[in-house]
Amino acid sequence: MFKRIIFLPIFLLLPILIFSEQTTKVDSGDTAWVLISAALVMFMTVPALGLFYGGLVKRKNVLNILMQCFVSLALISILWVTVGYTLSFSPEGMLGGFVGNFKWILLEGVTGSPSGVYANTIPHTTFMIYQCMFAVITPALIVGAFAERMKFSSFVIFTIAWFFIVYCPVTHWMWSTDGWLYKLGAVDFAGGIVVHVTAGIAAIVTTFIIGKRNNYKPTPPHNLTYTMLGAAMLWFGWFGFNGGSALSANGIASNAFVVTNISAATATLVWLIIDWIINKKPTMLGSATGAIAGLASITPAAGYVGIGSAIIIGGISSAVCYYMVVVVKNRLGYDDALDAFGVHGVGGIIGSIAVGIFANPSIQSGYTGLIHGSSKLFVSQIIAVSVVLVYTLITTILIYKALQLTIGIRVSTKDEAIGLDMTQHNERGYTVIE
Amino acid sequence: MKMIMAIIQPYRLEEVKEALYELDINLITVSEVLGHGRQKGVTEVYRGVKESGNLLRKIRLDIAVNDEFVEPTINAIVKGAKTGDLGDGKIFVYDLKECVRIRTEERGPTAIG
Repeated sequence: MFKRIIFLPIFLLLPILIFSEQTTKVDSGDTAWVLISAALVMFMTVPALGLFYGGLVKRKNVLNILMQCFVSLALISILWVTVGYTLSFSPEGMLGGFVGNFKWILLEGVTGSPSGVYANTIPHTTFMIYQCMFAVITPALIVGAFAERMKFSSFVIFTIAWFFIVYCPVTHWMWSTDGWLYKLGAVDFAGGIVVHVTAGIAAIVTTFIIGKRNNYKPTPPHNLTYTMLGAAMLWFGWFGFNGGSALSANGIASNAFVVTNISAATATLVWLIIDWIINKKPTMLGSATGAIAGLASITPAAGYVGIGSAIIIGGISSAVCYYMVVVVKNRLGYDDALDAFGVHGVGGIIGSIAVGIFANPSIQSGYTGLIHGSSKLFVSQIIAVSVVLVYTLITTILIYKALQLTIGIRVSTKDEAIGLDMTQHNERGYTVIE
Repeated sequence: MKMIMAIIQPYRLEEVKEALYELDINLITVSEVLGHGRQKGVTEVYRGVKESGNLLRKIRLDIAVNDEFVEPTINAIVKGAKTGDLGDGKIFVYDLKECVRIRTEERGPTAIG
């Protein structure tokens, strides 16, 4: 009798014990954090990036910038759930592993249960929508390069083409379990390569192909208060961008959150100090730009480095981006209107290489950088950045050449002078007298 | 002394400024104004509702010049602002009674320069 009473509860617990041994059980804390992070990353595209860029342009083009960000969100969301997600993340590749196959087309089999492949403590749908927001913001970053002179129709076609030809394959190489860069051991915690290197390189290609704005000379940003709001919202959203990339509510997420803040803070102060010394005044625009440089550079490293490294990465990135934006851009004379390459691209490249130098195995075991005694990760990072850089460069040129031969890229000189808000959308952002 | 007031297309302002600078005419005031001429404004669509007769955004230039500068200034504005399309704008010239440079209290033509 006594024995039976003891045996009974163990017998009842048995299925629970077996079930909990499997790693594919949805964890409510992890799911909540990643869903919130997905919303934070969505917020980075609209309104944050829109305001950051929108404040920098002439006021006759502000709606065009906001529209490009807004439409990226809607357009890429649809492309993502139909074919983008499976092309990027399918664990089985096609075309020799160039992109994923159609296993998850139209989200077939993507359910509220874990995928069994990625992030096995959150629903597959949660993982999918989180990644969707990364796909949304990446083409939106390129807006900064062709701002104030691209036809809206060409923007739509470019975004669709670039998403399929650049974003999906690179994501597959880097982040899918079938990816060859992933298998090589290269890491990209939250999109330093997938997001910032691709968008940054596309941006520099854009400036050379589309050409300068007419009457090109520095025009004052039409509303720096927008730019500051946008930068602050980007900083806020970036906690989800980097912290959420742990795909779990754990110590790595917390580390990513903390180093993100520290890198951004360091980069803000470094830019401000350089500005103060060279131009005699500390500026709001400089502080905001510095913050973004720090955020972009810590992105690929956030889950692998500690606080000291974050200060170094943020500081170096800010100084190098300052040099690229203030000195190199003006010397080479390209018109990267809103510094999409100078800040996002350069920051992303610095951070992606810095992972190979500063990765600390005590933050995430198995990832060791140069200063902790291993060169393997460093070499993988160099290969990954170089390959993605060259691939993006070539394919982006081809997309633009195809556009040039068909519908064209630029608006007419007169339309550019009148402003894209009136000529592309027949609306204005502001009225003078009502 | 004459006062030249011109209404031009906003997107021609840069060209007009360049043309004026070439003549070393620097005493220029620019303001943003709304108005329309015979073409009666533009039609804009907001949430499917057409709003016609909207006032057009224009730039107003006020330039005080000495008499010998009147024709060159007019020519410069025309050179910069003319596209041949409707809405290129107008130039008005009227007599200027007096001009005072506040800093030195100089008066008349020397105060304009």
